[in-house]
Parts: sequence; C-alpha cells; structure tokens
Amino acid sequence: MLLSGNEALALGAYHAGVRVATAYPGTPSTEILEAIARFDDVYAEWSTNEKVAMEVVLGASYTGVRAMASMKQVGLNVASDPFMAASTTGVDGGLVVICADDPGAHSSQGEQDNRHYARLAKIPMLEPGDSQEAYDFMAHAFDLSERFDTPVMVRTTTRISHSKTVVDVKRERALPDRKPQFKYNAAKYVMLPAHARLRHSLMEERLVKLAGYAETCPLNQVIWNGRDLGIVTSGVAYQYAREVFPDASFLKLGMTYPLPRNLLREFASKIKRLIVVEELDPFLQENLQAMGIEVTGKEFIPRVGELNPDILYEAGRKAGLLPELSRRKIESGVELPRRPPLLCPGCPHTGIFFVLSSLGQRSKLAKARDRTLADSPLIITGDIGCYTLGTYPPLLAMDTCACMGASIGEAMGMAKANIDKKVIAVIGDSTFLHSGITGLVNGVYNKAPVTLVILDNGTTAMTGHQEHPGTGISAQGKEMQKVELEPLVRGIGVRNVSVVDAFNVKELRSSVRSALEKPELSVIIVRGACAVRVPKRGEPWAIDMDICNLCGACLLLGCSAIQRADERLHIEPSLCVGDSCAVCQQICPKKAIGPQSKIPVKGTG
Amino acid sequence: MNLLITGAGGQGIILASDIVGETAIAAGYDVKKTDTIGMAQRGGSVVSHMRIAAQVWSPIIRQGQVDLLLALEKLEAARWASYLKPESIAIVNNHALPPLSVSLGNARYPTDDEIKDILKQAADRVYFINGTDRARELGNIRTLNIFMLGCASRFMPFKVSVWHESIANRLPEKVRQINLTAFDRGRKEVQIVGIRKS
Repeated sequence: MLLSGNEALALGAYHAGVRVATAYPGTPSTEILEAIARFDDVYAEWSTNEKVAMEVVLGASYTGVRAMASMKQVGLNVASDPFMAASTTGVDGGLVVICADDPGAHSSQGEQDNRHYARLAKIPMLEPGDSQEAYDFMAHAFDLSERFDTPVMVRTTTRISHSKTVVDVKRERALPDRKPQFKYNAAKYVMLPAHARLRHSLMEERLVKLAGYAETCPLNQVIWNGRDLGIVTSGVAYQYAREVFPDASFLKLGMTYPLPRNLLREFASKIKRLIVVEELDPFLQENLQAMGIEVTGKEFIPRVGELNPDILYEAGRKAGLLPELSRRKIESGVELPRRPPLLCPGCPHTGIFFVLSSLGQRSKLAKARDRTLADSPLIITGDIGCYTLGTYPPLLAMDTCACMGASIGEAMGMAKANIDKKVIAVIGDSTFLHSGITGLVNGVYNKAPVTLVILDNGTTAMTGHQEHPGTGISAQGKEMQKVELEPLVRGIGVRNVSVVDAFNVKELRSSVRSALEKPELSVIIVRGACAVRVPKRGEPWAIDMDICNLCGACLLLGCSAIQRADERLHIEPSLCVGDSCAVCQQICPKKAIGPQSKIPVKGTG
Repeated sequence: MNLLITGAGGQGIILASDIVGETAIAAGYDVKKTDTIGMAQRGGSVVSHMRIAAQVWSPIIRQGQVDLLLALEKLEAARWASYLKPESIAIVNNHALPPLSVSLGNARYPTDDEIKDILKQAADRVYFINGTDRARELGNIRTLNIFMLGCASRFMPFKVSVWHESIANRLPEKVRQINLTAFDRGRKEVQIVGIRKS
C-alpha cells in the first residue's frame, strides 16, 4: 500500500502496541496523530501544546504502557523541558518521541536540525529513509526504549513525512500483556538533586551500552558497490545519494545516535574517498571527524535549505566526483509572477487585518501619497498561524513573528521600552491556548499597556483544521469540555474585553480604536469561522461596473476572489463565499458591490 | 516514468496524483510521490512529483528528467519548464489564474505566446487543452483535475479499467460517476487534440 511517512509512522506505532498518543499540530508532523486517532483502541489527544503532550506520554509510560508524542522540530523546543526530564528518569513502557524536521522551512520559522537534541538528551535516535522504514522503525523504537530504559527519538523530515512510498505491512497489532500500574521508585521518578545526580551516571552508562548496540543494529546497513567512493548517509539524503552516485558504496545509518564507531571505522578503511551526505548541519560529519576519520561533505553540500538530487549532483560536480551535465537551456526574458499562499476568500482574518492596516496607515491605494511602514503609528506583533500571511502586501499588517505565543510578550516588551507608538499583538485561538495564556497573565500582572487581538476562527486552520481546547471536540471526534476564551481572559484579570464579529468592518474598527485609546491592557476577541469550514457558500458577490470607479479599495483586502483583468475589476464567482463574508461590500466607497443577482449583467463584471 | 503535476492550490492536484499512485501500484510498479504545498491551505503554487519504475530512490524528480508534465494552470506549467526534456510531453490546461500580485498591478501575467515559447523551448510535444471549459460543460468545474488526468492517462502505461477502479476508490459516491465521465472525456480529448498536434 502507498502510505505517507506520517501514516506509516502511525501504523508502525499502532502495530507496536502504542496505547497513548499525543501531539500538537505542526507541519510536517500533524498527520501522525491524525492517522493514529482513527484507531479506537488507542487514546489519542491533541494536547494544548507540545510540552503538555510530552508530559502526558511520560506519565503514560510510567504506568508501563507504550506511548508516543509527535511534534514538529520547533515543537520540541516547547517540549524540551519534559523531554530532557524523560531522558533523566527513563521510562517503564516504551516511550517514543517523533520529531519532524523541516529542512527548507516549507512551513516553519526556522530550519533547526533537531538531531542535536538526541545528543543533548543522550538518547537513541532513529531516522527512517522512506515510508517502509517509517513503519518498520517504530517497532524497533519501542523495543529499544524498553530495553535500554530510555525515551527514543524518531526523527523524520518534511520529505519523509509527506512523501508517499510503498509499504509492505508485515505485522498486526501486538499488545504487551500487562495492566497499567505505577511502580513506586522515587530514586527513578522524583528528580530531587540527589536522585538526578544518580540518574546522570546511569544515563552515561546507558549511552555506552547503546553505542555497543549500534554496532550490530540491523537498521544500519552497508551496501557495497565500487570502493572509490564511500558515502555515509541517512534519511532521505540516502535516497538522493543512491540516485546521484549509483556506483558508490554506502553506509546507510538508520540509527544516527549514538553512532557505530567500529562499523564506521571499518567502512572508512575500505574506501578510497569518504563523504557524508546529510541535510542541514554537519551532524554526522563532525561526529566522524571527532573520531579521527578523514571525511568531507559540508565543504560542497550546502548546510542551508532542503537537499534534493539536483543540488546534490551540483555538489558532487564541484567536488570533482561527477561530470558536467549538458542540458537544453531555456532562454526567456519573462519573469514569471510568484504565487505565494494567501488568506482564503471569506477568511475571517481579512477584515481585522484590513482595519489594522488602514488604522496603521500601511496599505495604500496605487495613487496614494508615498509613505513607508516605518511611518506607521501602530506596531503589530504577530504570531504563528494562517494569519501570519497578513504580513504580505497589500495588507502589510504584521511586524514580527518569532515563535508560538511570542506576540504578547513582544508587544509588552516594546511598550515597556517606552516606544512612542501604539502596540497591538495578534494571535490565533489555538496559538493563544498553546502558549499565549502565560504571556497574557504576565501582561495583566505587570500592567502591559497593549492591545491583544485573539483571532478566534474556531480551529487550528493552518495545519489542516485540527480541534483544540476552544472547540471542545477531541482528536478522536468526541465531545469534550470546551475552554471558553472570554471567561478565561476575564478570569486572568483583563478588564477590557470585547467580542467582535470578524465580518463586521465597522465594529472591528471601532473596537480597535477604543482599545488603542485606553492606557491599559485590552483584549479583543475577533470571532468568525474559518472559510474552509463554512459548509455552505452563499450567492457570490459581483461588482457593478457602472458604479465602480476603479479606486482599487477592494483590492487592498488581498482577497484572491477579487481580480483585475485589463481595466476591469471582477469577483471570481467560483471563489467568492458570498454573504457570510461581504467585507468587500462594506469597504467599497462607491457601494458598487452586491450579490450577483442584484448587479446588472454587463460583460463579465 | 517521471510525472509532474502542477497548478494552484485548490485545483485538486494532490487527489489527482494520489490516484496516479494507486493506479501505478495496482499495475505492479514501485511508486514514490511527493507534494510541495507550501504553508497554507489554498491559493499557492502546488507541485506533485510522481516517480514510477521497477525501483525508485529519490521521491523528487531532477530537472530535465520529467517524462510527462500535467499542468492545471498555464503559468504553473511555465514555472516548471526546466524540469522538462526534449522528449517530454506537456499537457497544459489553457486557463489562467492570475496571482494576487497581478491583480494588484505589481506583476504581469505572461502572454500565451510567452508561455508557449518557454514550454516549446523545453519540450517538443506541448498540448494545450481547454480543460476548464470542458469541466464546466460537464457540469462541475471541480472535475477539472480528473478530466486532465484522463488526458494525461493516454501517455501512461495503465489500463483504463485500473484507472477507473482507483478513481472510484478515491471519490465519494456523490461525485464518482461525474468524475469517471470526466476521465473518459479527457482520454477522448487528447485523441482529438493529438490529431491537430499543437
């Protein structure tokens, strides 16, 4: 069967007997939990954030059941505290942490290479190179975890997680025959300093044993071809290397920490020239060099960006390993316009960003006087979600985006630094619940004179519409307890709280204005369902070209349904969601926009 | 064989390539496919790489090694021209979806001649198909992807019955029949265009 890496990881874990699975959505890891949540005999949850996800599986493991948490690479930053603690205490039931890196930052705020975390935490790391391995490695991961009393990290990348390859499913679900129970053992589970020191030496011993195991680990394979070139590699880089260097010999590492030192030395000794092919940092290369093995790699293979066979070929050519390619060149002076992702037509974020943009004097009509964003009287600190797309023209409504939940603290820091502008923080509902709450508590406690806008679209939209505490539905579709944003915010102590309809431009404008006038912390909850989730589209809107004077105000929304062709404006009926949005109608100065049936037909307008 | 399917978000590219994958597996091949969909749900450029052979290593196709390009939007066809080789076949939906930068007046959508020029420099056989019109005639614009897949299927070594089965498996009852019809119409369309040979 054809499975994505993420589906294969989930199925592998299921067949390995996982009982508890947790995650917070994050590209490229999201589908792992989605796939495992489909099995009724696994408890699967969307946790509030990765730290909690990690803590939940740690507790589950302490009762002897197999458990796993999955997250994207920056999610592990959030989870790093309990992740490190898990290494210190060790486990009872097998505990696996799947970490999905994103070389190329397709959908991330950075390209960090999480292989370093395995070394930091002194735990074993497995790296599958396709969906078959993703499936197979999960059983090894749980076995290793129990055998060596350690959490195990399974590291994938976007290309492994999201590619679909053929999987031969060899096993069925096997559940260890034991009842969950917690065996009291304070020296193992209570990390008082005295216990922690004890555990540290056990961790070091564990690492030595793991290194011994690595020598014969069946996940590390040697493939002998020619002896002129030997390649040490892992993960998807192996696939690229097989393709680009068909005559080379390979040491393909399935377990990339700790490394099989003897195996590596032996392989190196039988090879004329040794290179490492790996994405991002020289993680393997530096480990090999520290062992005194002569090896190159990052001298010609880029450490920035996602690797692919073209880049690897070019690197091999530079290193004198491959011949020059001659190809037909395309000569065209045409610059093709890019097609970046956009807020969808009918998106509940469009109205508020238009308001912030216009109050902040950011977006401008083609004929407007020239001004730069530096002149804006408003600073908008942003956060992580679809709404980060509000950064792009024409909205230009975001000044910062660092990491999950950072908008509130950053806004506060700017205000406390006494900047002479108003500061607004913008955060989504799921992100607020993930890591915005503590920032807001800080804002209340330390009296931050800022405004916080919570964009409540009732879902985790960016990653594909996952549930979260604010929706009250579980990852497995069950009715749960809903966490209400308004009482939560009031309960923290925010006095100025308003809830505004995301599609009412007038109300949005007046509530932002009034919040900005207040010298104290205000919260505006902007509520409107994600357009992708609105099941029924209304009659599309249209522009009456007899009235339209082509001022271009509607284009400032950045709605992809509103298009300009030649000297006409036109609302694409297959994209427009109709009266559930109607933001363009509200901002048209000439009142030229209305439901299609009320607009006189004239040409295609 | 290396197949590249391109277009804009929301056109159903991932579904189309999933169907190719299922069909190729049913026909006994090794398959790897990988999609690049960017960060958001909709609107951005989408590309799906599909590799079908006895054994496949990299899921990503190298430039100049695409055998068949299926583009559901013409600008997105031109964008991937460097992946074509002289022997490639390119099947392009003759339809423009201008990106926002074009509507805002910050960028220019290439003319038909410019797009043709880029593609014909890269590959000898380029077919433009009025897929969007045909899908509209079928009564559901969302059948565009399967209609175009029908066109492309003429150049892939799988039986019609296998195609039908994987389409039927992937699509819900409600839209199954119209998509099977769209696929068959697509297959016929290429015969017609093939005679004219663009």
